[in-house]
Amino acid sequence: MDTYTDFSNKPAMPDSNSDEQLKAILRGTKTVAVVGVSTNPVRASYFVARYLHYRGYRIIPVNPGHAGKTLFGEKIIASLADIPDEIHVDMVDIFRRAEHVPAIVDEALANLLPGLQTIWMQFGIRHEEAAEKARSAGLNVVQDRCPKIEYQRLFGELRKAGFNTGIVSSRLPTGR
Amino acid sequence: MTERGFETLQIHAGAQPDPATGARQTPIYQTTGYVFRDVEHAAALFDLKEVGFIYSRLTNPTVAVLQERIATLEGGTGAVCCSSGHAAQIMALFPLMQPGCNVVVSSRLYGGTITQFSQTIKRFGWTARFVDFDDTDAIAAAIDDSTRAVFCESIANPEGHLFDIPAIAKVTSKAGLPLIVDNTTATPYLCKPIEMGATLVVHSTTKYMTGNGTVTGGCIVDSGTFDWSASAKFPSLSEPEPAYHGLKFHETFGHMAYVFHGIAVGLRDLGMTMNPQAAHYTLLGLETLSLRMERHVANATRVAEWLENHPAVESVSYAGLASSPQHDLQQRLYPKGASALFCFALKDGYDACVRAVEKLELISHVANLGDSRSLIIHSASTTHRQLDEKQQVAAGAGPNVLRLSIGIETVEDIIADLEQAIS
Repeated sequence: MDTYTDFSNKPAMPDSNSDEQLKAILRGTKTVAVVGVSTNPVRASYFVARYLHYRGYRIIPVNPGHAGKTLFGEKIIASLADIPDEIHVDMVDIFRRAEHVPAIVDEALANLLPGLQTIWMQFGIRHEEAAEKARSAGLNVVQDRCPKIEYQRLFGELRKAGFNTGIVSSRLPTGR
Repeated sequence: MTERGFETLQIHAGAQPDPATGARQTPIYQTTGYVFRDVEHAAALFDLKEVGFIYSRLTNPTVAVLQERIATLEGGTGAVCCSSGHAAQIMALFPLMQPGCNVVVSSRLYGGTITQFSQTIKRFGWTARFVDFDDTDAIAAAIDDSTRAVFCESIANPEGHLFDIPAIAKVTSKAGLPLIVDNTTATPYLCKPIEMGATLVVHSTTKYMTGNGTVTGGCIVDSGTFDWSASAKFPSLSEPEPAYHGLKFHETFGHMAYVFHGIAVGLRDLGMTMNPQAAHYTLLGLETLSLRMERHVANATRVAEWLENHPAVESVSYAGLASSPQHDLQQRLYPKGASALFCFALKDGYDACVRAVEKLELISHVANLGDSRSLIIHSASTTHRQLDEKQQVAAGAGPNVLRLSIGIETVEDIIADLEQAIS
């Protein structure tokens, strides 16, 4: 290889989820429990949850530090175990550091099956062991990505601002 | 995502069939404004909550296709187009610099860039430090606490001098600074600075990217890999932005922060926007970029070899020549060629240069480069005229030097025209 491969700093393309899989996840999801969501409007976790809410997803905010307050029309709850049975959660979106992921996945598997479909870990977050456990339980797993960015990339929005979407196609674009 | 080849991407990247009409070629969206669905939609766009079209100073569907195409060809995360290559340089520096800051720049640059950096940016309170970028120790020595960026051309105008981008990137990476590479003369077909460690790539799309001398344009591509919050040096990206309710671009947009800042602050307030008609011509040009660059390189190599053996010629600067001191570097880092811009010096000096320019019939006397037509200019009396003789020589534009931009005409015709002019 060339001598400069050390400097190959292309944006990471983190896992093997195909664009079609990601589209299917985003289309099949109605309710997202966002673990670690902030109530500060300039924080990324708030921004992402607000965007998903704006796009019509029901957001269940999970953050023990703010339990009881209201965010995006829903009561903030302390943990996934506190989600009432009548709420059907399709996706858990994790905004916590990797070391907290196994406990969150265990809690999700204990409380949100059989409805739960997807464990999603945000940018910079990966945990292979926990991911494997979730896959074994029949769930989709996405790591080190952001659902807001993937939604905007796959359904034509990022294209409007000149981002490299990686999408090359001669078919008419389809929306969500 | 399937990895597609360069030739596929230069035609398809960014350009799906038009969602409104199915038009297969990218339409020219000649409009300034865009109707909002309702008040909530308008508010979402203004708050950067949703990405969409507000006003063509910021974003335009035709320009957006060009931005994605260039970002894709360069291997970056996104791009912002603007009105010229000079605009791209100011737009690239703007999010990084504050009054009192400096940029360490190569002494081998296009003359207009030297003037912009040595004179005009002083009025913003910025300064440039000119250094020989073949000497990486000198780059490191020029960097101080007030340095915010390092800037060079991958293939430098006017001599076609090549730079060892990976070696320069090692210095900037160690210093925790972004490296900005002007890739105008190389194009991403011959050189991909981001793969070699550059943070940002700038272009004058006026040149080879468009390739036919029709429109001026510029572009800034972001690699998406620089950590703007690692130090306190880049507050425009890492600190709260008052105009957006205290939003921190880097924290909120991550690897997309620089591009969003380029649109939401750069284009919004500097207004150096590319128009959709210009984007259209450049998109057409890019469809044949690889084919044109192959022919530009082949013709330039033939012409340089012919000039090297001509008795009236003192020297030829083309890095693609086997005799060039840069030949090894060219083979290693620019294996597809050294582009088609170089200089040659005539033994009979300034007067012989002026005579030659006036005798040419096919080659045009023009202050541009990267056209399908062959172009010539006497840099010392034109593009590098604002520089003193010492700066001219340092920039490779001494008084007996002519700059050629070799086109894609029949190469024997280019050589015949030079023959009758210099003999």
